[in-house]
Amino acid sequence: MIIQLENVCKDYTQGREPVHVLHDICMTVEQGAYIAIMGPSGSGKTTLMNLLGCLDVPTSGSYSLEGKDIGTLSDDELADIRNQSIGFVFQNFHLLPKMTALDNVALPLLYRGIPLKDRRTRAEAALKLMGLGDRMDFFPNQLSGGQQQRVAIARAIVGSPRLLLADEPTGALDTASGVQIMDIFRRLSQRGITIIMITHELGIAQCADKIYHILDGRLHTNGPDQSPGKEASYEEA
Amino acid sequence: MENIRLAFQGIWGHKMRSFLTMLGIIIGIASIITIVSTIKGTNEQIKENLIGSGSNVVTVSLYQDDWEYDMTYSPLPEGVRVIEDSLRDTLNRLSGVEEVSFFTRRYWSDFVSAGANRFSGETYGIDSAFFRVNGYQVTYGRDFDQRDYDGFRKVAIVDKKAAAALFGTELPIGKVLEIKGEPFTVVGVAEQTSTFEPAISSYSDYYMYADTSAGAIFLPSAVWPMVFYFDEPQSVAVKATSTDTMTRAGQAVADILNESQLISAGTVTDEESGDDITSSGNYTGAFSYRSQDLLQQAQQLQEMSSSTNQQLIWIASISLLVGGIGVMNIMLVSVTERTSEIGLKKALGAKKKRIRRQFLTEAAVLTSLGGIIGVVLGIIFAHLISASNGVPVAIDIPATIISVVFSMAIGIVFGMLPAVKAANLNPIEALRRE
Repeated sequence: MIIQLENVCKDYTQGREPVHVLHDICMTVEQGAYIAIMGPSGSGKTTLMNLLGCLDVPTSGSYSLEGKDIGTLSDDELADIRNQSIGFVFQNFHLLPKMTALDNVALPLLYRGIPLKDRRTRAEAALKLMGLGDRMDFFPNQLSGGQQQRVAIARAIVGSPRLLLADEPTGALDTASGVQIMDIFRRLSQRGITIIMITHELGIAQCADKIYHILDGRLHTNGPDQSPGKEASYEEA
Repeated sequence: MENIRLAFQGIWGHKMRSFLTMLGIIIGIASIITIVSTIKGTNEQIKENLIGSGSNVVTVSLYQDDWEYDMTYSPLPEGVRVIEDSLRDTLNRLSGVEEVSFFTRRYWSDFVSAGANRFSGETYGIDSAFFRVNGYQVTYGRDFDQRDYDGFRKVAIVDKKAAAALFGTELPIGKVLEIKGEPFTVVGVAEQTSTFEPAISSYSDYYMYADTSAGAIFLPSAVWPMVFYFDEPQSVAVKATSTDTMTRAGQAVADILNESQLISAGTVTDEESGDDITSSGNYTGAFSYRSQDLLQQAQQLQEMSSSTNQQLIWIASISLLVGGIGVMNIMLVSVTERTSEIGLKKALGAKKKRIRRQFLTEAAVLTSLGGIIGVVLGIIFAHLISASNGVPVAIDIPATIISVVFSMAIGIVFGMLPAVKAANLNPIEALRRE
């Protein structure tokens, strides 16, 4: 069991009124699971993702990642966990435009204090795994969207994290590139990495082994093909 | 290391903006370097002009009130004794004193002639230590020896200028010159080896030094009374052990002379007077021995020039302050622009300290670069000023290093607020922005 959420709530104060974004979320994720979380915008899925990614801490309830209680950790300890245990993939790639693909991929290793030569070697290996061995010295704006996202995935896995968090990984890509990314996720899942992916596309969500739905800050554990009607309802909303 | 590379990348990425940001620092540092270099140049010129090239000699001579007592047209000073030779050992033993020499002097020697040639330089009556103390060397002929002193021989040594004035191009050794009608045989030519060569760079300098370049004639002190007064109080040339002890050594010698040589006022000496003296001098002021401390005078002049320029430095510092605020402003803009980059780095595990350091480094590199450009420009300006008004340039190495370090410090101080702001950004907020 890599992730355990118990009665996690998250409130934000907006003006005077507290806004309850997440209500009593309970969730356990086994090591090696491949999970999709679906939900319309404003449902709290990004907030949940931020909590899972240790970018934020719950208002109440507990979150333990690899047995560590995240709520009790300091900013710097959270940074270490993000650096070592979690890989992030974003909808908009978030590559640094002035760095080559190789340097982008090597960035997380810098924060771990790994010497330059080792950083380069490991970043090269990760890029080759993503089929970008010939694009290492390209800058992000010289790459297609799909290629950029693969660079981002290489950056996410270069530090061999146990958990990969993907926020709408195919949201900015065409269908063909999206399929390619899903192939990569499947391969990574087979290698034993735990993947949690946020998406609002059913087709993408169905690539995962298990689908959670989030609506108005509450998590529902339905199988991917058990609630097609509900799916349609928030697709409209 | 990585941060410095990133900082240069950032600065290079916004060339125009970085340059405009640095401009305040550049102008401030350039003005300071220009001012400091000019001050230092002026000071070194003053020192060079007044002290010469480090012969470390202080002259202690007799003053009446605030004026050096000139015996060319004035009577023998009443109440001032001749310095006994026994005092020599006492003075030589003073700390900071290497050796002393007693001498008498006439600044204006229109009484010296050789044939039709006249001479207008200085005439000295000297002891055997004089050449050693004042850094002279006999280059032709011979120095005075003990027999010259004991035998009251009428011999003279001339310097090159005196030789040229009196004898033209002929070798002066063996020639005869007349002092107040008394014939003296020239036995040697002496030259000052630790030469006092003033840097003449303006007309006023030229007139200042023109008089001293008329040459000098030296006589053994023993024969001085044959042409001048008998028992004339001497001046003392004090060679100090170093430039630093000059002031102290000169003062110590003057103190001893004042104590031992001056007879309390009112006591009239009945010593033999020279021929044309009217003992009823029309001016009666108190006598004292004073050291003509050139170093002290130089320092006073230097302080004067420095203090005016120090105010200029303060004004230039305001430009640095304004420059610093400009840097802060641009760094704040830069933090806002790079919110998403900061958020990403935090998500990837960069700690606050690292983000803070990245921005501090960038600010410090920016201002240091400004400082270095400012130093270079300042040196160029200083040379331009020197070329236009003739004040020499002396680049002060410590000042340039301090300037660069100081501008780096400005970067760190004014970069602190933006850097802390960047480090404290919430990664979620930061990632959300595009």
